[in-house]
Amino acid sequence: MSARPGPAGLFRAQLQRELVATARSLGEALNPLLFLFLAIALFAIGLGGQREALQDFAGGIIWVLVLLANLLALEGLFRRDYDDGTLEQMILLARPGFVPVLAKVLAQWCVTGLAMTLIAPLAALLLYLPGQVLGTALLTLLVGSPALTVLGAVGAALTVGLRRGGVLLALLVLPLYVPTLIFGAGAILQASLGLGASAQIYWLMAISMLAVTLGPFAVLAALKISLEQ
Amino acid sequence: MWSRLHPEAADPAAAGAVPAPLLSLRGLTCERDGRRLFAELDLDLRPGECLELTGPNGSGKSTLLRAIAGLYPDFDGTIDAAESLYLGHRAGLSTLLSAAENLRWYAALGGSAAGIAEALERVGMAGYERVPCQQMSAGQQRRVGLARLLLCPASLWLLDEPLTALDAAGHDLVRALIEGQMARGGAVICATHQGLGLARARRLALGSVAPAQVPA
Repeated sequence: MSARPGPAGLFRAQLQRELVATARSLGEALNPLLFLFLAIALFAIGLGGQREALQDFAGGIIWVLVLLANLLALEGLFRRDYDDGTLEQMILLARPGFVPVLAKVLAQWCVTGLAMTLIAPLAALLLYLPGQVLGTALLTLLVGSPALTVLGAVGAALTVGLRRGGVLLALLVLPLYVPTLIFGAGAILQASLGLGASAQIYWLMAISMLAVTLGPFAVLAALKISLEQ
Repeated sequence: MWSRLHPEAADPAAAGAVPAPLLSLRGLTCERDGRRLFAELDLDLRPGECLELTGPNGSGKSTLLRAIAGLYPDFDGTIDAAESLYLGHRAGLSTLLSAAENLRWYAALGGSAAGIAEALERVGMAGYERVPCQQMSAGQQRRVGLARLLLCPASLWLLDEPLTALDAAGHDLVRALIEGQMARGGAVICATHQGLGLARARRLALGSVAPAQVPA
């Protein structure tokens, strides 16, 4: 029996694999970002570019659309690996099994949560978000989005064995996103009223921390259920 | 109940002349969608043995292999299996990655990254290290999958239709790989329609109504 590489080596190898695969299917990874940008532009157009209305709702609009864009990206998180058989090999061979799951989730977050945080200033411009609120908005996205990715990964893992699991995925995952939405949009609203938003941001951090700590085990269990057929 | 065997941990003095089995099934019964696939299956597979699993489509060959691999828990009876390597229906290769990238990933999951080039040469895919798997034919992808057998040492191989999409030379390659594994003291279970044509292989036909008993 050859020596297994340690958890760190396993994590690195899986992360590298995911990033290379993402780079080779970049169009797929960019679609949710384009959706986010377009949907925000539609809101700006639909509300007739009224500065006051957009300013009031900017936090809610950004966060709801970030949730939906995340949901769009989730469908593909495990699909390809499930279809080509590498997912079952990963579950069979990887020890400890949550390590590659964590690497997959991190790679997914890089092309969703992190990328969305980076394009958020553009969205803020379209929604007339005041400059002093922008920092808070970016911070909420940065610390809140890990929870979205991990909670979404649990739903994606549960539905990967089903054909056309898309709607079910949305029904499973969107309720789990509610706390993140409340604190994320709430923080932006507080900041735009000139009040401190640190309480909400701490809550977002706590939710993300909890999700990242416990989520990979739930994802692993859900993947096993999906593969056991 | 499924449990992992550790034959290397067994006391060699106590083992005696007969080596400990790498796989043992006791009273294995499996139903799927209300249909009985196999019942009261008893089987011991010892080092150096190969079991050819035959039977019509839907007779439970793949289910049996998945159950032994630990991917299908819905059975009665017990399975004790040594460290196994499962090659399923699906090639187990990411089509976005090249042959070498896929094999390096497997090495990280438990195997050796040294010798990837030699392994690819052995399976007739020398020079394809950097070619993305989506540009390969189904048979070529199968061959890259077979390279795993050379890189990831496991005492028990579970092969699900390894001959699919392979040409005549590919069939010879699979036979040679299985014989190598048997000579090393490993064991192989191979589900196949074509028949491997190995003289020393035991055979188990699934799909018979009566409880299947394997002649030793």
